[in-house]
Amino acid sequence: MAVFPFELVSPDKVLFSGPAQAVVIPGHEGDFQVLSDHAPTMSAIRPGVVGVDDANGKHHRVFVRGGFADVNPLGLTILAETAIPFEDLNAAHLDQEIKNAEEDVVDATEDQKQAAQEKLDRLRELKDTMNL
Amino acid sequence: MPSLKELRNRIASVRSTQKITKAMQMVAVSKLRRAQAAAEAARPYALRVESVLTNLASAATPGEGPRLLTGSGANQTHLLVVCTGERGLCGGFNTAIVRLARDKATALASEGKTVKIVCVGKKGFEQLRRTHEKQILELIDLRAVRAITYETARPIAEKIIGLFDSGEFDVCTLFFSRFRSVISQIPTALQLIPPELGEVNDKAPSYDYEPDESEILTQLLPQALTVRVYRALLENAASFFGSQMSAMDNATRNAGEMAKKYTLRYNRTRQAMITKELIEIISGAEAL
Repeated sequence: MAVFPFELVSPDKVLFSGPAQAVVIPGHEGDFQVLSDHAPTMSAIRPGVVGVDDANGKHHRVFVRGGFADVNPLGLTILAETAIPFEDLNAAHLDQEIKNAEEDVVDATEDQKQAAQEKLDRLRELKDTMNL
Repeated sequence: MPSLKELRNRIASVRSTQKITKAMQMVAVSKLRRAQAAAEAARPYALRVESVLTNLASAATPGEGPRLLTGSGANQTHLLVVCTGERGLCGGFNTAIVRLARDKATALASEGKTVKIVCVGKKGFEQLRRTHEKQILELIDLRAVRAITYETARPIAEKIIGLFDSGEFDVCTLFFSRFRSVISQIPTALQLIPPELGEVNDKAPSYDYEPDESEILTQLLPQALTVRVYRALLENAASFFGSQMSAMDNATRNAGEMAKKYTLRYNRTRQAMITKELIEIISGAEAL
């Protein structure tokens, strides 16, 4: 299967860099998968899990929150504000995220409230699916 | 002429000072290594954000778009964010940044502009307080912060954006020290609002935007600002330790020289005294 260059970077480190066969991204408008020769797309991302099939077909999962996915002819770059490899992710992390999100909902002004609430729901849902 | 005992004490005190500066130098070296690694690790992300921002901004209509990109339209009130270290004993590191900021503040004031200052780091605050006390809005203390993370930069960026949104200033400039090498740190001014952007890449593909372009830009701008602050803090940390390292290296060497000088003097004095005593004894014996 054709591969394309993929990078997943967070402010303090590069989590993944190398060729990938397919990457599933939790986009703002819904999850989407990027294969090689994808049309140039710039998408905001929801909190969720990025799934990567690397060149050897091995599957990696990384939890991301906040940021952007940039698909261009040179490859795919995900700029995540927070990124934690799935293996390192635990209930404590998620609880902290949920707590932060709850505070955001309380602090948010009227027009931001819906977005903040959506984010919180999303995190809760994620926690349930992981059975933590 | 100091007595032998005084000289002995002085040598001992110089030696112990030397031990302290030597230890500080070694600590700075190891911390520098870590700070440098952190600064390098942050680079890819910052570069990516910059390039995405540049592409998006070039697509936006000039004069329109979010205020964080275009500025408030005025150029009257300037906010200077001065990032310095929390500690001294680091050569000219803090002074160089403060000098740059102070020059800028003076230049702006002579043009009739209003200047406001936010200090990040205690040392810059202490120096600026003498001349610009009334203009300082706030001191952000990072002394409790052991390692700089993205989360350290976030509240600072949020504060800047908050002040901007409430119309406190029109143009924001960040002062920090760029880390070029261990012996060379360059005090730098970087304009944050409206942002300085790099060369536009003409070959940028036409993107599909999800959600639409302006919304992404609105989300990206605060993030790009945070990244810039974050990078400035990291560069500053690396510069600080680099500067401290060379300052302490100098101090250690000076102390070594001083100890040598005093030892020489001590030995000479001692010898002179022995000679004197011998002469006294011999001439006493001869007189008999």
